[in-house]
Amino acid sequence: MTELKALSPAAGLLPLEIGGAALREDEMRQLTLVAPFKGKEAALAKALEAAHGLRWPEAGETSVSGAVRLVWFGRGAALLMGGEASSKLAPYAALTDQSDAWSCLVLEGAGARDVLARLTPLDMRDVAFPMGATARTEVFHMACSITRLAAESWQIMGFRSMAKTLVHDLQVAMEGVAARAS
Amino acid sequence: MRLQGKGLINRSRKVRFSFDGRSYEGFEGDTLASALLANGVKLMARSFKYHRPRGVLTAGSEEPNALVTVGKGGSQDPNMRATVQEIYEGLEAVSQNRWPSLDFDVMGVNDLGAPFLGAGFYYKTFMWPKAFWEKLYEPVIRRAAGLGAISGDPISDKYERGFAHCDVLVIGSGPSGLMAALTAAEAGADVILAEEDSALGGRLLSESGEIDGTPARDWAEAIVGRLDAMDNVRIMTRTSVTGAYDGGTYGALERVAHHRPLAKGLPKECFWKIAAKRAVLAAGALERPVAFQNNDRPGVMMASAVRAYVNRWNVAPGQAVALFGNNDSIHDVAADLLAAGVHVAALIDSRADARCALDVPFYAGAQACGTEGRKALEAVSIARPSGIEKVQADCLGMSGGWNPTLHLTCHMNGRPEWNEAIAAFVPKVGMVPGLIAAGACNGVFSTAACLGEGVGAAQAACEALGLKAKVPQMPRAEDRPYNIAPLWAVAGKGRAWLDFQNDVTVKDVKQAAVENFRSVEHMKRYTTQGMATDQGKNSNVQALAVLADATGRGIPETGTTTYRPPFTPVAIAAMAAGAADKGFAPERFTTSHRLTVAANAPMIEAGLWYRPSYFPAKGETTWRQSCDREVGYVRNAVGVCDVSTLGKIDIKGKDAGAFLDFVYTNMFSTLKVGRVRYGLMLREDGHVMDDGTTARLAEDHFVMTTTTAAAGEVMKHMEFVSQGLRPDLDVRFASVTEHWAQFAVAGPKARELLNGLLDAPIEGESWPFMACGNVKVAGVSGRLFRISFSGEHAYEVAVPARYGESLFGELRKRAEKLGGGAYGMEALNVLRIEKGFITHGEIHGRVTAFDIGMQGMMSKKKDFIGKAAAMRPGLLDEDREMMVGLKPVGVVKQLTAGAHLYNEGAEPVRKNNQGYLTSVAFSPTMETFLGLGFLRGGRARHGEIVQMVDHVRGISTTCEVCHPVFLDPEGERSRD
Repeated sequence: MTELKALSPAAGLLPLEIGGAALREDEMRQLTLVAPFKGKEAALAKALEAAHGLRWPEAGETSVSGAVRLVWFGRGAALLMGGEASSKLAPYAALTDQSDAWSCLVLEGAGARDVLARLTPLDMRDVAFPMGATARTEVFHMACSITRLAAESWQIMGFRSMAKTLVHDLQVAMEGVAARAS
Repeated sequence: MRLQGKGLINRSRKVRFSFDGRSYEGFEGDTLASALLANGVKLMARSFKYHRPRGVLTAGSEEPNALVTVGKGGSQDPNMRATVQEIYEGLEAVSQNRWPSLDFDVMGVNDLGAPFLGAGFYYKTFMWPKAFWEKLYEPVIRRAAGLGAISGDPISDKYERGFAHCDVLVIGSGPSGLMAALTAAEAGADVILAEEDSALGGRLLSESGEIDGTPARDWAEAIVGRLDAMDNVRIMTRTSVTGAYDGGTYGALERVAHHRPLAKGLPKECFWKIAAKRAVLAAGALERPVAFQNNDRPGVMMASAVRAYVNRWNVAPGQAVALFGNNDSIHDVAADLLAAGVHVAALIDSRADARCALDVPFYAGAQACGTEGRKALEAVSIARPSGIEKVQADCLGMSGGWNPTLHLTCHMNGRPEWNEAIAAFVPKVGMVPGLIAAGACNGVFSTAACLGEGVGAAQAACEALGLKAKVPQMPRAEDRPYNIAPLWAVAGKGRAWLDFQNDVTVKDVKQAAVENFRSVEHMKRYTTQGMATDQGKNSNVQALAVLADATGRGIPETGTTTYRPPFTPVAIAAMAAGAADKGFAPERFTTSHRLTVAANAPMIEAGLWYRPSYFPAKGETTWRQSCDREVGYVRNAVGVCDVSTLGKIDIKGKDAGAFLDFVYTNMFSTLKVGRVRYGLMLREDGHVMDDGTTARLAEDHFVMTTTTAAAGEVMKHMEFVSQGLRPDLDVRFASVTEHWAQFAVAGPKARELLNGLLDAPIEGESWPFMACGNVKVAGVSGRLFRISFSGEHAYEVAVPARYGESLFGELRKRAEKLGGGAYGMEALNVLRIEKGFITHGEIHGRVTAFDIGMQGMMSKKKDFIGKAAAMRPGLLDEDREMMVGLKPVGVVKQLTAGAHLYNEGAEPVRKNNQGYLTSVAFSPTMETFLGLGFLRGGRARHGEIVQMVDHVRGISTTCEVCHPVFLDPEGERSRD
């Protein structure tokens, strides 16, 4: 019997620790893009609350309930992370499996914010990007999603096919920041 | 010569460096210029055009003369300003634009030819013959004139770019900048304080005054200490703000490693984009020279530079220093020189009513009118009403007054205004939205007034941000008036320099006016005034004053040229940081990439994707052998190919079918669940945009495929249609290109191969041609489509990308057991050409559905994007270039893409052009070259003979026009 082996997007590339910043690949989670149908936003919000204990996130926000996160993911869409989407959402939203589409990395440490400042034009100060803040933005040349997980921890999601470039660009930035500190 | 005193050098840390191969010693804190002066080196450079000996003119980033080259090979930096370059252990600097040496420069002969080499000389002299300019004159002139050179080696240094954000950006850290930063920071604003120098304090570091009863430099240090201790203040030294851009964005160049040996990973420079809600410009002012005969000798420098070298670096720039100026500042310099024990040979004040309280030879109402000495200043001539007098001096400090450093305020095309009282241009309020100029750059020169302006600017910035700034206790400082009597050029014969870097003299500017280049912009271009790397910081205002005089107009009427970014030079490498080599663009890899590379397949780039060209087998020496073999796999057994790069879009919602009907030319709402249909998409202008298959997985769920090249464009198009044209339709879509790894399994044994992997085997009846559905592949949920891009019995199987590598390996292994294997892009291309299937080679943006023979796919029953435009008469003419197949029938058998078609016997020239070839391949199946192309009225010309002519490659082939589908026109093999 043939068994297909699963590989994560950044398999073999991580973890990295350079200076005050560490980069690792997050565990592979269930990712579902939730896009409410026309006029079904309120009904979806209610169903989300009931099924997952999550509120619909406004632009730039994340909603969390236990291990499950709902991250704003662009116009009229949010990404449900860490759990299977309840079938009760289906009447109100297009649900699209994205579990293998994104390489999910975590950049953390005292130097992490300086590393991000080399790659994204986003304002990463606490006032502008507090815990739970999220944005679709660019990381160097790539369209990515960045979410702040903790005081010194950021989730960076890029296209699976570009995982190697994403790791490369982050590594170069990490080396530059580390070299300045020494 | 080094003086006693407490400058900003660390005398306990000696630093060895070299200049032009000779070793010298300086102290930590020295710039190359201060260290060379301390070692008695005055000759540092040769001028651009006349190769005149030059010494240092300034002590800052505006330096026009003392340019050197640092580093070698891929790390070589030309035109580094010795006044900015800090010394470090092992620094190697060399002079530029001289041969064989700085001391003896053969091209110094240019200086003797000066009477002929004035403004406009080249334009007038080297006009004929026209072709000679580019080939002969310019290269020769370029070699004779110039600055430093790059090595020509690929760059080996790392550069970086960064983004920073703040509430208030303070540019400059002199008295105004420090007070602005402190006031804003104490009000709670996030402050970035950017200073281009290595130390904070601005002119306070070079001057000798007091603030609040303590030496000004100590006061500055105390303020910096307070700023440093605050969390909301970020201090960026060695960072020049180079440009003001829209929306409160500023460009800034940080010199990260120019002052230290390079270490691994360390960038040389970082180019910052700073987004600031408000900005305070506290950039100070630049002292301007006075033009007089031979004012460019080594040893002649700005009076403020003399002061800086004495006070900050404890260096006497000469043993006998003369000073010449038109304002009070030269008196302060003289006092500092005396205090430091340096002999002041003369104090020459052009103001007749000037008084001097110092014990120095004082010349009121006099002017320096000439200098002597070749490679170093020896004497200064002084013009007095009574006659000319000579004074021995090896250094002359000059001051023609101060120009506010207002450059950034003009970066959005605002023009400054002339202030008669200080004989200088000053910024107007609001020239750059959100930026407030304060202190000397705003035309306010006393220390007390600068401190006050800094506070005022910060208060205004804070108020705009909704913050309340406290009124601080104002420090006590000097508050003397600025007394100046304008003096631009001293009358007299000989050359009086304005632009030291581009060798422009007063005579040149006057000549421009004589020749009617009266506009300041024309004068600039005719003389090259202000067009060197210093952008005329030291000379533009004086030059336009001279032009104003020569044309009989006032200075405000004459106006300034345009100030443009960057304020100081920025290496292209810094702006392109990280974008060289692999950083140029992201690389997209399929899940089969690792196995493909391991199989030694050469990769080709398709957009950002990497795809295999072919998979070489043992013993094969050319790509054609591999390609022919792989085509055979598909035609005779089974081939496997990664097609994950094609765009995949999941489309859901109750109006999904209606939406597809609107974007495709043909009907999709009628497609049965479990079936796939080929679709054609037009642009609004009626031309073909893309093609692909769309499968219906459920009543309200379709999955569309696009070509690899147009995936992004189609997604964007659909967003536009959904948001802009048909917001009435309830449809949602998501790109799933990255989620699914998809493989073509093609050939007579395709089903046999798949059935070995599918949990529930398929058969012809359950999966006929164009069927689709969900399947389990070795226990994994996937999708299966019976579609074919080769004309064979074929499928595409998709699994979540995590299983892609594993599935590809499994498919390839099983295909090999069945007499097949993996195939690459070359074989894929041959297969589709044999079948007459199009790619973007054919649908290249200028063809219509009619041109490719798909006019029948344009539904008459509904509206769709591009329908109306596609029906325009010109797009339906029977003599349009239409897609045809081409086969060689003469002696020459080769076809080439890009070649043009001509009627038999017609001369192969442009006006006889009948069409062109878009795709060609050698078909191992039919053992001939096959081509697809476009031929005028082609559909009615099957069977005709035409001539293919490739003018570029010199190939001429006789072809027969035929139907574009060469193989299995009935499609029996794919339905098998």
